[in-house]
Amino acid sequence: MIAIIDYGMGNIHSVKKALESQGAKTRIVSKPGEFRSADKVVLPGVGAFSDAMRQLRRSGIGQALDEHIKKGGVLLGICLGMQMLFEKSREAGDVKGLAVLKGRVEKFIDMNGLKVPHIGWNKLDIIDKGCPLFKGLGSREYAYFCHSYYAKAGDEDDVASFTEYGINFASAVYRENVYGVQFHPEKSQNTGLKILNNFIKLC
Amino acid sequence: MLTKRIIPCLDIKEGRVVKGVKFLGLKDAGDPVSVGRAYDRQMADELVFLDITASYEKRKTLIALVEKIAKNIFMPFTVGGGIRGIKDIRDLLNAGADKVSINTSAVKYPQLIAESSGKFGSQCIVVAIDAKRNGRSKKWQVFINGGRTPTGLDALRWAKESARLGAGEILLTSMDHDGTKDGYDLELTKKISEEVKIPVIASGGAGELKHFRDIFKKTAASAALAASIFHYRQLTVREVKRYLNNNGIKVRL
Repeated sequence: MIAIIDYGMGNIHSVKKALESQGAKTRIVSKPGEFRSADKVVLPGVGAFSDAMRQLRRSGIGQALDEHIKKGGVLLGICLGMQMLFEKSREAGDVKGLAVLKGRVEKFIDMNGLKVPHIGWNKLDIIDKGCPLFKGLGSREYAYFCHSYYAKAGDEDDVASFTEYGINFASAVYRENVYGVQFHPEKSQNTGLKILNNFIKLC
Repeated sequence: MLTKRIIPCLDIKEGRVVKGVKFLGLKDAGDPVSVGRAYDRQMADELVFLDITASYEKRKTLIALVEKIAKNIFMPFTVGGGIRGIKDIRDLLNAGADKVSINTSAVKYPQLIAESSGKFGSQCIVVAIDAKRNGRSKKWQVFINGGRTPTGLDALRWAKESARLGAGEILLTSMDHDGTKDGYDLELTKKISEEVKIPVIASGGAGELKHFRDIFKKTAASAALAASIFHYRQLTVREVKRYLNNNGIKVRL
């Protein structure tokens, strides 16, 4: 069973529907106790980093996620959910993240006519072909992005793909059983569904 | 590199697609899900559903429809038309819409932009602007209520104000070009897309391939929206994208 965490930030239903279209059994959970039995957890999210972190801490979900990872459970963070895996965000000063991965979250600088938010389809430059999420993908894969902040990984070994938008930012990361994607696989048509399918098949 | 988006727009009335959509091989061209899937196969980057249901009471059909679309189509979609307040926005997002497009209500209550983007995030708040040129000047005026009511607002100022209040994108329709098939309003789109820092979706006037090239070569638009040219199969989304790719414009193929 895949637990999808609902902490009041964003469109969890499309993640659920996309996972189900690939044959997964899912459950939407909003309390720490509700996903103890889940082998995989998805942390979605859009909106503000600080609000989201506050929600995770207040509800006890943050701590439960730590426990889930420590006992070897798989975690996938999507968009803001990926950003929260890092140590801190520059959004509204310095806000602490879940600190599962090294690095911090920065804002795109709107220079040279770069529009912020970064909205639309951008290319995944896959640098780690061994990343289980990317199994079976080709060399010209595009995914749908929608964000104003990006993660700057502290350890480049964690980066599975980069994407170029003014700078090269980490569009997918993973370390052991923890995965994060900055794009929305649930909105990225066949490429995204393939990635979710790979996620479902992870042991 | 970020690709330019091609976005078909569908008019929805009481849960059905209106304006005959002449897709090949579609059993039910009025079913938004079938139409959405057909556009999905053509590599559309996003869809916009514009609800033109006249009566507010019948708008419940829209929520059921949005749920059905979200269940079947795995690409971003925006829903607009008749949105009055936070509750309407929340209902649509909860039903599975990725973004909502607000037009008249945003002009009447600009705080709605601030409040909704604060609550749900800028990425899901699109401010739609219908603009018409003032005579021969280089100024455009904002109209509301489906283009019936002039507001006295300058389109550029309103676009900037919308961005400041928290809009994530501007959907800019030229009333002078809409329906003409003479091409997008390059002057208007250039002016606004170069001056606001959020993405601008150009709308109104697409009639042939070169119009799509021009809007991306001559303005800073992030996306081009079109309705009838796609509905009546004059062009497919894929044809437009191949053409743009051959003309050196980055698209997802």
